[in-house]
Parts: sequence; structure tokens; C-alpha cells
Amino acid sequence: MDVDLLIGIFPQVLLDGITLGFMYALIALGYTMVYGVLEFINFAHSEIFIFGAFVGVEVLLGLKSIGLLDGLPWPLVLILALVVGMGASGLLAVTVERIAYRPLRGAPRLIPLISAIGISFFLQDLIRLVESLWRNAFNLVYPTMDVLNLRFELSETIDVSVKSLVVIGGALLMLWALHLIVNRTKVGTAIRAVAEDQAAASLMGIDVNRIISLTFLIGGAMGGAAGVLFGVQYGLINPYSGFIPGLKAFTAAVLGGIGNIPGAMLGGLVLGLLEAFAAAYLSLLTGGAFGAEYKDILAFSMLILILIFRPKGLLGEVVRERA
Amino acid sequence: MIRSLIAVALVGLSALAVATFPRSVLVFLLFQGSLLYVFKARMPDPLRWGLLATSLLVLMPTIGYFNSYYLEVATQVGIFVALALGLNIVVGLAGLLDLGYVAFFAVGAYSWAILGSPHANVIFGGETFPLAGWWFYVFLFVGLGTAAITGILLGLPVLRLHGDYLAIVTLGFGEVIRVLANNLDKPINFTNGPKGITPISRPPTPFGIPYGEFFYFLALLIVVAVIVVNRRLEDSHIGRAWEAIREDELAARAMGVSLVRMKLMAFACGASFAGVMGVLFSAKQVFINPESFTFLESIGVLAMVILGGMGSIPGAIVGATVVTVLNLQVLKGFSLWLNELKNAGVTVLGYSLADLPTQFEPAKYERMVFGIILVLMMIFRPQGIFPARRRQRELAK
Repeated sequence: MDVDLLIGIFPQVLLDGITLGFMYALIALGYTMVYGVLEFINFAHSEIFIFGAFVGVEVLLGLKSIGLLDGLPWPLVLILALVVGMGASGLLAVTVERIAYRPLRGAPRLIPLISAIGISFFLQDLIRLVESLWRNAFNLVYPTMDVLNLRFELSETIDVSVKSLVVIGGALLMLWALHLIVNRTKVGTAIRAVAEDQAAASLMGIDVNRIISLTFLIGGAMGGAAGVLFGVQYGLINPYSGFIPGLKAFTAAVLGGIGNIPGAMLGGLVLGLLEAFAAAYLSLLTGGAFGAEYKDILAFSMLILILIFRPKGLLGEVVRERA
Repeated sequence: MIRSLIAVALVGLSALAVATFPRSVLVFLLFQGSLLYVFKARMPDPLRWGLLATSLLVLMPTIGYFNSYYLEVATQVGIFVALALGLNIVVGLAGLLDLGYVAFFAVGAYSWAILGSPHANVIFGGETFPLAGWWFYVFLFVGLGTAAITGILLGLPVLRLHGDYLAIVTLGFGEVIRVLANNLDKPINFTNGPKGITPISRPPTPFGIPYGEFFYFLALLIVVAVIVVNRRLEDSHIGRAWEAIREDELAARAMGVSLVRMKLMAFACGASFAGVMGVLFSAKQVFINPESFTFLESIGVLAMVILGGMGSIPGAIVGATVVTVLNLQVLKGFSLWLNELKNAGVTVLGYSLADLPTQFEPAKYERMVFGIILVLMMIFRPQGIFPARRRQRELAK
């Protein structure tokens, strides 16, 4: 076994893991916030995430077609794509809640979950339908921007691409903004109150339905931002590629303690690192017997193990279960 | 009396129509609809069962003789009816939402695919394999057993989970099985990875029946067996215990229901049906690869159960038929029809259909169909089209 190689790639893998981890953290926030207020797994969140990626690519392609992609300064272009993607995803999340979840509030627990699965499948094919009719293609490629592909060589084995810096920077910005909203504003207090006790919150004069919509809006916007960043980082998107990252992000949310916002961030980072290391080292350590594909199994086995042995997750939010 | 006459006329005429217009999807749907009418309408029981038996045992194979495609559709329907009935036990009776159900189908399919094809020689060495065709009949039971054991193995760790957590874990389990099937071509080549396994042996058929008819009758036989087992279970103390768990776990335990045993039994029973059908499926297809066992299939089966009505046996049968036919016939039929219109250069409201994007293929939108079914049923009719008797009474209160 080549120990030098194992040590040599370590910093690079660490960096990749952190990039991936922040992406998971952003998506996981959507799951965890909704779970916090409704105790309900928003299964369609993975499609809200990939919807953001599609809106982002449409913005970039639109700018490209009118020749502004290289005309405008690149941070402005990215911010535009991010903002539009976030807005669209947030609104989609609110709409989905109004149509498919709100009528089912108070029904036995499996009913809204099945409805959410239905919405998830419906949205996948709806995106495909719209893109097929509009562009005659549903596998879309993010237009390349030269700046993003620049790499700084830190040493022989490590290089940092502008892309990953954008992803990490963008994610940090979002997380900070979310922290401010939830902990420093009146609306944030209302969200926390509704998560704590809906009945009591409504007695205090909080419009619970509005706060729930708002939670979906914020969670959806975070998902949309993650979608745009996902597109920027990996380039190729299709309507079905949100599913697996969504499931992983849910794992991250559970890992950190579902319903717990800092937990989602921590869980995302841990899972991202774990996956990056598994992808890089599994094959090397086992002499090629187990490839990088097993990282999926690792993530799912971890989900199963956490749910069985420590369902409250790392940061220990108490999980109340209604059967 | 009038209803009986209508039923006989419907079945006879629609069968005749299918024989006359072997290419029309609508006519075949009419034939299926007439069977449903026979099942639901008020008429003497002997007539009802006589008509159903004649249709399924005589008319359907005759139709299939003229157009083997219909027989293929009917066999597929049979496979999915058995899967839906299996999932119905887990989700409908015991209330455990299993989102990885297709994994058990995969276990059954791979058990025969590996040992019933030359591929096993790669694993064990030598020239012993494939096993002789008659082993297929043994493997129907091996597949059943293997799937049941897999069901128990999945059940054991998740005993403590309820509701949506259980759903997510079973989803993860289904994905794990699929990833394993995709990647276990090394270090030892068990599944041949994404390339799949072929050729899978087919059994010698009794009386030299052609394979199309053989698999149709076998599927029908298994479906009947599954229905009988299901009916017997439903009214047994096991079925009652499952429903007690579904309604209130704590109360069920207080009444002396052993949660561990009953939950494991639900998983094992549900899985075993899928296992048998998996064996049949692999022999019928001759070729299998992990693509046939995706999350999409699990949700498809779930949509069948939900559409028909959770916990209801006729519901599961009707749900499976409707969804399979919708996928195999209506969506594909619509695709073909659209293509014909396109080639003919038809214009609708001044829009030339020839300008439709090439990537727009209606046949590919089964997810949308499943999604719409799930959401609409949950919002407007959570008890399904044919609700289980007990649930119907509950909701009527």
C-alpha cells in the first residue's frame, strides 16, 4: 500500500469533503426546519432543490443568449442566478405545502408522507416535461465560466478551484443569514415558538399557517441555493439527480438531530467528509475490491444505525414520535 | 337477472371485439372493465366465479393466441397483482410503510438468475451450472424462502422504528440492495454488475405449452394462491393482530399481541410473495439487471396499493391492474398515436405536431402518473377505490 499517496491526497479529500458537506448542510436545513415545525418529512425537498438548479441554469443560459454572461462581472451573474433560484424554489415549496400538505394536516402520519412522495415524483417528471418542451433536452449543462474553473495550486497535490470557494463561501453566507433570521428577528422567534408548541404559539397571537408557509419558503430557498451551487460545482443536472443528494441530506439532518438547525449543518459536514473519504480511500485501502460506489451504502447504513441507536442525533434534539 | 345478462353479454362481446380488433388498446381496456363489472355487480355467485374463471382461463389465453402482446400485458398484471398483495400485507394490514419493497422481488429474481444461468460457474468454478430447467420449480420455493429471510433480516433492526422513520430506513435498504446488485461484480462476481445476467434458463413446460401461455398460467396460479393465503390471513388471529398494531401499537401490546413476532411475520409474508414472483420474472425475462429493481418500482407498487385501498384485497388487485395497464398500454399507446399523428403531419389549432420536440415522449412519464395517483388519492380518497370493509365502516362513522 502506498502510504505516501494516502497521506498526499488527504488535504485534497478534506477540501472536497467540506465542499460537499456544505452543500448537504444547505439542503438538510430544508428538511430539518420543516420537521421542526410540522414533524413531517418533506420528501419533495429533493425536487425543490433540483428545481433551484434548473432555474439557475435557465438564468445563466438566458444571460448567455443575450450575450451578458461574459459581459457582466461574474459575481453579479452568480448572485443573480442564486437569488432567482432561491426565490423560485422557495415559492415552489410554499405552493407544494398549500396544495398537497395543508389539506392533510392532522391526518394520520403516513398520509402526508405518501402525498409528499407523490409530489416528489410528480415534480421530477414535470421538470422533465417542461425542459423537454422548452429546450428539447432535460439533461442540462451549466454554461462554463472561465473564472470558476481557475485553480490555485497550493502544493503539488492540493489545488483549490474557484468553484469550491464559491460553494463554500455561498453556503457560509446562507447559513449566516439563516442564523440571523431565526435567532435575531421577530419572525425567527415566531418560527421557534411554532416549532415548540403550535397551540401555545397561536394563543400568543402568532398566525401559525403563515409561519408554516414562511418556514417552507426559507427552507425551500436554502434548497434552491444549494441547487444552484450544485449545478455550478458539478455542471451536469437532470430532473432525477436531486433524489440521491436529497436522501443524503436527510441523513445529514437525522445525523445532526432532526429539527435542530445547527445539527443540520454539523450533520451535513460530517456526512460530506465521510463520503469524500470513503470515495477516495475505500478503493485504495481494499486494493480495488470495493469501489467509490460503496459510499452510498455507507451513507444509508449510517442512517439506519443512527435511527436505531441514537435517534436524537449528534446534537440531541429530542425526537417525538407519533406512530 | 338483468345484471347477469349484461355481464355475460359484456364479457362475450368485449372478448369478441378484442379478437376482431387485435390492435386496439381501447377494446382491451373494455374487456378488462367487463371483468371488473362481473366482480362488482350483483349476481349469483356461481355465475360470477364461472364467468371470471372462463375469462381468465379460456378467453384470455385465446386472445393471447391471436396477439401475444396482450398475454404479456396480462402476465405483467399478474406479477404486479402479487407484488401489490404482498405490499398490502405490510402497508395495508400491518401499517408499516415499506418503501424498499422491490428489494425482495430482486432477491427472488437474483436467486434463480444466478444459479439458473451459466453465471454461477464464475462464482463456484466448474461446469455444473446452469441447473437443469426443472430446478425452476424448486426455486419458486427457494425464492420464497430467501425473500422471507431477507424480510426478517430487514425487520429485525427496524422493529423499534415507527411511521416515517421506518419508511426512510426501508427506502435506504432498497437502495442498498440495488447498489449491491450494481457493484457486486467484484471482488467476487456475484451479480455481474450493471451488465446483468443472461441467459437465465426456462423450465420445461408441462404438455409442451408455449412459454407465453405457460408464464401467464403460472402467474395466475401464484396470484390465486396469494389471494387465498391473503384471505385466510386477513381473518385469522395474525391478521387481526396486524390490524391492531396498525391502529394502535401500545393498545395492541397491552392486549398481548407480540409486536416482534407479528411485525417480523408481516415483513416475511409480504416479502415471500415478491420472492416467488421474482423467480418467475427472471425466468420469463431471460435477462435481468439492477435497472428492473429501482425505487421507481417500489413506488409503483405502493401506488397500486394506495389506489385500490390500503388493506383491501380486491383493491390491491384492481389497483395493480389499472396502474400496470396505464403504464404498459395507455402511456405507450398515447406515445404511438402521437407519433402517427406527427408523421401524418397533423396540425392542432394551427400548431403542427411535427414541430413537437423529439425529447417529448409520453411513454416515459410513469413517475408523473404515480405521483398524481398518490397525491390525489391522499387528498380526496385516502381509503382507496375499494376500501377494506373495516376501514370503510370506520370512515363512515
